[in-house]
Amino acid sequence: MIMSKVKVILLTGRTIDQGVSKEHGKLSKEYQEKVAICEVDSSDLKNLTVIKGLNIKVITRFGSVVVKAVESSRGSHPGIAYMPYGLWANIVVDPHTHGTGMPSFKGISAELEAAPSENVTPIPLLLEETFRKKPQ
Amino acid sequence: MTIVKNVTCPICGTLCDDLELEVEENSIVDIRNACAIGEAKFLNFTDPKHRNLKPLVRKGGELTEVSLDEAVERSAQILTHAQYPILYGWSCTSCQAIRVGIELAEEVGGVIDNTSTVCHGPSILSIQSVGIPTCTLGQVRHRADLVVYWASDPYSAHPRHIERYTSFSDGRFQESEWEHYVARLQGVLGKKRLSRASARVLMREVSIPAIAGPKLPPEFETEKRKLIVVDVRKTRSAEIADFFIQVEPNRDFELLQALRLLVKDEELEVDKVAGVPVDLLEDVADTLISCDFGVFFFGVGLTMSSGKHRNIDAAIALTKDLNYRTKFAIMPMRGHFNVAGANIVSTWQTGYPFAVDFSHGYPRYNPGETSVVDILQRGESDASLIIASDPVSNFPRNAVQNLVKNPMIAIDPVVSPTTMMADVVIPSAFVGIEVEGTAYRMDRVPLPMKKIVEPPKTCLPDEEILRRILSQVRRIRQTGGKA
Repeated sequence: MIMSKVKVILLTGRTIDQGVSKEHGKLSKEYQEKVAICEVDSSDLKNLTVIKGLNIKVITRFGSVVVKAVESSRGSHPGIAYMPYGLWANIVVDPHTHGTGMPSFKGISAELEAAPSENVTPIPLLLEETFRKKPQ
Repeated sequence: MTIVKNVTCPICGTLCDDLELEVEENSIVDIRNACAIGEAKFLNFTDPKHRNLKPLVRKGGELTEVSLDEAVERSAQILTHAQYPILYGWSCTSCQAIRVGIELAEEVGGVIDNTSTVCHGPSILSIQSVGIPTCTLGQVRHRADLVVYWASDPYSAHPRHIERYTSFSDGRFQESEWEHYVARLQGVLGKKRLSRASARVLMREVSIPAIAGPKLPPEFETEKRKLIVVDVRKTRSAEIADFFIQVEPNRDFELLQALRLLVKDEELEVDKVAGVPVDLLEDVADTLISCDFGVFFFGVGLTMSSGKHRNIDAAIALTKDLNYRTKFAIMPMRGHFNVAGANIVSTWQTGYPFAVDFSHGYPRYNPGETSVVDILQRGESDASLIIASDPVSNFPRNAVQNLVKNPMIAIDPVVSPTTMMADVVIPSAFVGIEVEGTAYRMDRVPLPMKKIVEPPKTCLPDEEILRRILSQVRRIRQTGGKA
């Protein structure tokens, strides 16, 4: 069934690629390629009519961000999307700590929509646009 | 060329201490025994594209190169004149530097918090509440015949944990399951190849057989050293495991409590809990009870999802229940290489492991109130010192907005979104590569971090930078800012 938006539970976390690429520098092309992504189940990608490698917009009630869609390669888990830790993911995570000090980085209600004509914003521009302060 | 042996890796809380580095003319040219992340760090840390080499101070909106003395003086001015500064980070530096940081926080009446606040902070809250039956990783390596990774993906976050301490390690009383795993993997790969070939011939999709079915596999009973992964999605670690249990997101608490009931021989009057069939859970409970020495390693999947510290309460309570039937231990999978050290140093210096507030002149601890994310979201702090951390990347957006709108000092060897948004940047040396120190492994065993090469002349150790700032703060306070 083709849908304009797909509802998912968003998880953020570590990936081995994120860990390795941050050692090449957070401004490196490799870091953006490995971190500005969202792993999505193949059935959810089909519903969105998104081909893997094209961009999608991840939307929560806390914000939205454009990242590259990556087909999840392990097991079937429709309705679960995964983003590596990093600046892109933290724009959409749930900041509430419920008195513990810990925001909710996992298990966030989110929507995905196809964004083939939008680009992934690189870190310097994302910083300036999001926080209204010039990064250097 | 010199070969330096027994180097401790400054990446994750596993603190692998068997690395071998080839050093030639103050440069690391090769590395053995490291994981992919460790290798990337040791072979790329000098890359000038992402290395902070010069002290910078923001002037007229632009970060401008200054002398180290000017950067230190500006930092001291910011901290001295702030009403409620936060001093955050600490998990990627040495215990020696953390000790000075606490002294500085007390001097300026600020809040000192470390990255465990957005990592295993809820685990600490739970441990303070219900205690923890734990052990060292050496005990796990030699004795554990059942290992459960719950909400943790060691393949991605602690890549050598399985190899060094659990299923693939050769202990005194437990053998490595590596050969058995390779044989099983070859079987699975064969099935995948067969599926792909069938798909080409039949021109339709053929499902790839899962490693783990809905029931515990028959061979599971005969395994000498069992590995179970419980997670909300199939990770690389789950593929290595003998059995994978997929729990629905935000429902770990229910699954843990269900297992507690089954371990106590109670019956569950439902078919499924958190998406897992009760029949399977009964088999899992039997497996937990029948081991000789089991260990739960839990990750931030429990601390960051719904329930937070209550999930850890349930996991520790399950461990306690299991100790009435057999021997069981539990341990958090600590992330940064010295995050455990940050908690330990903070506890022995202040009485509290994180989120310590000195604004009243004595240490106060009340996570939710004195934790930095909450302080930032309420907009209460008016300056910050960030060391060896990148909260601009790792905090929620509204917390970062309040962080960057006030003066921010960043002490870090590498360029990061935090240093890019800072008002003062002080380059530092890498602990464990360019400066020695002490770090604590995830099981609270202290290990020495070696100095392998000389740092650039402009990059001082964190401890030295903090001492200089502390000295300047005291001078300003004593003289009222007069030279």
